[in-house]
Amino acid sequence: MIPSSLLPLMLIALAVSSIIGYKVISAVPSLLHTPLMSGMNALSGITVLGSLAVFVTASSAVKPLAAVAVVMAMINVVGGFWVTERMLRMFQQKGKGGEMKAGKKIPWS
Amino acid sequence: MVGIVLAVLFIIGFVAGIRLMQSPRTALWGNRLGALSMAMAIVYTLWELDALAHYPAWLALALGGFSGFFLGRGVKMIHMPQTVALLNGLGGGASALVAGSAVSLLDLGTTPSIYLLTASLALGVGSMTLSGSMVASLKLQGWVFQRPVHWHFHNTVLTGMIAGGAFLILASMFFPVLIAFLLIVMIFFAYGIVMAVRIGGADMPVIISLLNALSGVAASISGLAVGNTLLVAVGALVGVAGLILTRIMCKAMNRSLSEVLAGLKPEEKSSTTGNFKVNKKEHVEEDRLAAGEADKAPDYTQFMQEAQRIVIVPGYGMAVAQAQAQVKDLADMLEAKGKDVKFAIHPVAGRMPGHMNVLLAEVGIDYEKLMDIDTANPQFKKTDLVIVVGACDVINPAAHAAEGTPIYGMPILEVEAAKHIIICNLDEKPGYSGVENTLYKKDNVIPMWGNAAETIPLIKESLS
Repeated sequence: MIPSSLLPLMLIALAVSSIIGYKVISAVPSLLHTPLMSGMNALSGITVLGSLAVFVTASSAVKPLAAVAVVMAMINVVGGFWVTERMLRMFQQKGKGGEMKAGKKIPWS
Repeated sequence: MVGIVLAVLFIIGFVAGIRLMQSPRTALWGNRLGALSMAMAIVYTLWELDALAHYPAWLALALGGFSGFFLGRGVKMIHMPQTVALLNGLGGGASALVAGSAVSLLDLGTTPSIYLLTASLALGVGSMTLSGSMVASLKLQGWVFQRPVHWHFHNTVLTGMIAGGAFLILASMFFPVLIAFLLIVMIFFAYGIVMAVRIGGADMPVIISLLNALSGVAASISGLAVGNTLLVAVGALVGVAGLILTRIMCKAMNRSLSEVLAGLKPEEKSSTTGNFKVNKKEHVEEDRLAAGEADKAPDYTQFMQEAQRIVIVPGYGMAVAQAQAQVKDLADMLEAKGKDVKFAIHPVAGRMPGHMNVLLAEVGIDYEKLMDIDTANPQFKKTDLVIVVGACDVINPAAHAAEGTPIYGMPILEVEAAKHIIICNLDEKPGYSGVENTLYKKDNVIPMWGNAAETIPLIKESLS
């Protein structure tokens, strides 16, 4: 059971992080908007915390649901951070050539 | 108390990570700080649950982690939009599952209605994010109908679904029965599909950004439902980021969010078109052939040699033609001759925000040569030569002049101010907006119709 004192705290957290988030995120240049978005994918995997809590405490009937949630959220976390890492590395190596070299074809599925 | 302090610390970690993303020099460390905060939050959660030795939990974490790793390792930059769409969907789905399993744990009769409300909202938003993202992802991958699908009853169905869904969410507060929650999931899941099928092509950046926001909102609301402050705060960060990007994309395309969501193709907007033709994209095979005849020997070699300041304008057409590496070669050759080469990038060049920058970075083009629209526009007056590669609407001067057309008022790259312009587009058909490009008729424009992967090498040859 969720303690009723938690609700105001959560609403304050919602408001504060929306405001701070707005300030910080607005200043990210359009150059980095794709890595920003994939990084946000990783952050939306924060639901893994909620799904872990349910998974550990739940009865066996609900466990599978929560397990699927853990897996999905974890794909988000690792997949999101990893593609972001790859993209930002390309932005770091100045002029040395990115992941793709001239003449190499992209498999176009 | 320890929990609150740590939660605040983790949130500071995430925010500081985003703060570092404000510069390409520090962004990599920002991302790593975010990943570290996430890892610590997961370990702390397990510790708090007294489940550090709960091996099924670690198994699920590892399964998801490895899948995510292989997904992230293999994906090509050109496929980033569908990857992000897929991840948006998984995030939404996970939030819906958390809310759903939390509902099934609650003693529905005695739970305060505020938690029932947040749980059903999280179920709804999460399901809709999941199904909408799957459709968007499949469309971008080209596995299902890429063209917008319109049904006669589309709006009626969507309105009906929203009304029904809202009614059920309210009803579930007073009659918290399992069937109500199941119906909410089904209705919003269907809503996501019906909404996403009629969005396509150049509108994709908007819908991806919006789904990104929704995945954050779903996480945040599910945090309210299960009483997890960290979920609430971090979900809000994601939601805000998605909304900011949605707004930027809408502005850059000169379209309102409701127009995009209503699936109004630009040419269907009430247009009091004056003397500007609004063409449909079909047919034109003959036009292409005719155009092919006309451009046999464009004489660009001379001013190409003379040009000192060169700006390349890439559009999504360049990516479709897979001409990025050719463009990079061309830029290298021009630079080797002592010329100043820059790239001008429109916010909607690509299929998601910032996509073009990533595609250029992938072939090793230095980010310091990439200019955004505000930096680029004052430069064109001083530019000797502009090379457009696969971009149409974003350079169309009709956006300034053609009142009543869909692109009127849209911010464009003002390439017409440059001395000479070479256009390497596939053909002279109008772009997504359907508005004829008035730039093509200007005297200082040399069109080279055809696949950019073939026309760019021609330019390279003329240089050597």
